[in-house]
Amino acid sequence: MTTLSASPTRMSTPARVGLHALLLFFSTIMLAPFAVMFVVSLLPNTAFLARDFSPANFSLNNYIRTFEAVPFGRYYLNSVVVSVSVTTVQILISSLAAFAFARLRFRGREAIFLFYLATLMIPFPVTLIPNFLIIKNFGWYDTYLALIVPGLFSVFSTFLLRQYYRGIPLDFDEAARMDGASSLRIWWQIIVPLSGPVLATLAIFVFQGVWNDFLWPLVVTTSENMRTIPVGLAAFVGQYSTAWDLLMAGSVIALLPVLVIYVLGQKWFVQGIALSGMGGR
Amino acid sequence: MTPLSPSHRPFRWRPDQQWEGYLFILPSFAGFLVFIVLAVVMSLGISFSEWGLTGFKNFAGLLNYRQLLRDPVFWQTFWNTAFYIVTIVPLQLALGLIMAVGLNQAIRGVTVYRLIYFMPVVTTIVAGAIVFRLLLATNGPVNNLLAAAFGLLGLPFSAPNWLGSSDFSKWSVVILTLWKNTGFTMVVYLAALQGVPKELYDAAHTDGANAWQRFRNVTLPLISPTTFFLFIFQMIGAFQLFTEPFVMTSGGPANSSLSVVQYIYLAAFRDIRMDKAAAMAWVLFIFIFAFTLFQNRMQKRWVHYESE
Repeated sequence: MTTLSASPTRMSTPARVGLHALLLFFSTIMLAPFAVMFVVSLLPNTAFLARDFSPANFSLNNYIRTFEAVPFGRYYLNSVVVSVSVTTVQILISSLAAFAFARLRFRGREAIFLFYLATLMIPFPVTLIPNFLIIKNFGWYDTYLALIVPGLFSVFSTFLLRQYYRGIPLDFDEAARMDGASSLRIWWQIIVPLSGPVLATLAIFVFQGVWNDFLWPLVVTTSENMRTIPVGLAAFVGQYSTAWDLLMAGSVIALLPVLVIYVLGQKWFVQGIALSGMGGR
Repeated sequence: MTPLSPSHRPFRWRPDQQWEGYLFILPSFAGFLVFIVLAVVMSLGISFSEWGLTGFKNFAGLLNYRQLLRDPVFWQTFWNTAFYIVTIVPLQLALGLIMAVGLNQAIRGVTVYRLIYFMPVVTTIVAGAIVFRLLLATNGPVNNLLAAAFGLLGLPFSAPNWLGSSDFSKWSVVILTLWKNTGFTMVVYLAALQGVPKELYDAAHTDGANAWQRFRNVTLPLISPTTFFLFIFQMIGAFQLFTEPFVMTSGGPANSSLSVVQYIYLAAFRDIRMDKAAAMAWVLFIFIFAFTLFQNRMQKRWVHYESE
């Protein structure tokens, strides 16, 4: 009857109008920063500061100047290389381990898994400094290896996949073993195909996290050529702190592809995030 | 937090799977040993050492920790982080729940609203911080709107210096974080709301409960495990804020918005005091651990699990 009812029930017209008004209000707040970003990116700084929004001022000039000032193409390449390799390899490695933890019977299995779980609580800042030193020691500082290798191992992904793999009946494995299939084959031809949706959502979740990661790439890179998009963008702020025209154009360039992919694949993104909630269950 | 569910079959050791098992976990375990186990041990060791540009100098006992206790900036960052937690966590839970309840109704456009609310979540936070620097500038759009609103009401208005004054800098970080993360809370809540059985509402309705009573006595208890999860998750996140103050305010002015993790970063990579930074990271960990443990104890009082 009123907007407060928590179940999908039929609402009266005034209640529906009121609810839409509220939801539109929230939408405006969520969208306004994107709108401002886009509009300002099309205006010369002088026009924006004078609040002169006459259409004659609009142009793509800022985008050309931004690309001239900053190697965004290179940042993109770095972000794509790092995110794609971390996502693919992390999921492969985690899936192999999760398969063993869930379906192979070997001594020490439960103890090792408990050891994994015990480290889930450790916050990132604790391992940040030693990992930086380890990377330096390996001679990987300011290389792709520094950006990629530490991300290939994830206790969280392993844990999540193990929980899922435990739900698949063990009879599948037994039957395949009767037919002479090896464990590797069972993993690749039975378990992985059966976990398609969970792998896809996990992939989106991991990809998103790596793509937007800031602190680690900030710490292990120094040259302009090794920056990922967030780090490049932050350095850009340092150089042009109030050149709003260029900063907004840079932000649009950084965001546009991600937003397009998000709008096209909304369902998977939302599931990927909801998935992180499963870890707490 | 995560109970190990009992294995669906009794554990039988299979000798032929002994080495296979190890081989399957080897890649994962190798990385785990280096980047987590070794890292944790090193971090603890560094925090108890004197550690300079060239590495280990000598064992220092609790020196770094004692220095921290006397460092006013360290206390300031803890106070700032406490402020972030007590503002961001409840506001985000409340706003996310309101949005989720709104979207859990039989109305049109739910997918579009959800798409919009979730958009900031997938946004690179650095880009978000850049726009909010513009929005919250002294003569920026937010102050323009506020001035107009105050003018309409005939009230005097002095434009707050959101980013450049100690009174408001923390609020700038809070506003950005709410914009960025509320969509996440909304999505998790929406999934929980959709899991509440409809019969319970019908039963409550038959018993004459009004909408608010149904929300208060049916919905809230049933989604309390989700609230608990979100509470812990957001609290741990707020403890570790870094990018938001780093890009928006650089922690200033006068450290008024500096977060703990930002101070760890500065100590390690600007002042090259890895030892002090490692000690701070451990203090942070102890705080997070203690708070999580405390909340876990407290949950019996307000979290309702269906199996009980």
